[in-house]
Amino acid sequence: MTYTALAITGVFFAITVDLWVARTRLLTTKRFWTSYAIILPFQLLTNWWLTSRNIVMYSPDAIVGVRIASAPMEDLAFGFALILLVLILWDKPER
Amino acid sequence: MEKFGYVAMLLFTICGSFWLEVVLKVGVLRRWRQAASSILPIAMIFIGWDAYAIKRGHWFFDRDQILGIFGPFGIPLEEYLFFIIVPMAALMTIEAVVKVKPHWGRR
Repeated sequence: MTYTALAITGVFFAITVDLWVARTRLLTTKRFWTSYAIILPFQLLTNWWLTSRNIVMYSPDAIVGVRIASAPMEDLAFGFALILLVLILWDKPER
Repeated sequence: MEKFGYVAMLLFTICGSFWLEVVLKVGVLRRWRQAASSILPIAMIFIGWDAYAIKRGHWFFDRDQILGIFGPFGIPLEEYLFFIIVPMAALMTIEAVVKVKPHWGRR
């Protein structure tokens, strides 16, 4: 699978777990979206650092080629899935 | 200095989030067991993804800008730390949001 396909799969997996499997329903909360709004600019900044300096490089065959702040857009999906999945596990025991 | 390129990003993330422990007392570090059990299972999934992506050549690293220490699957040390530090920052962020807006905390 390409990075694009995996990134889309990752986002759908995280959404499915949140809404229907763990039923944490973080995606319906203000605290999640406020946190994500804080995290996103930092993700763009750190991704820009890693990609504009060529610390991390991508095969053109693995990505669509659309770049946001120098990083492949797939990275945004990757980060979203990572963060949402960790927050689901963090949230669960307190319910 | 060049080899600290990736490490610099990790330090920036730590600086950008860990102050919340001191100023807002988010208590993520205090709940380190819960933090570890939230982060490690997901980190393992993403390390698997990373291993696959590196093997398939989806992405690769500039060897001059990393420390040059590699763990299992030929993954640079910085990548392993990434999957701990970035989720940690996310936990501190959401706990900080709940500290400031307590009524958003629970449904």
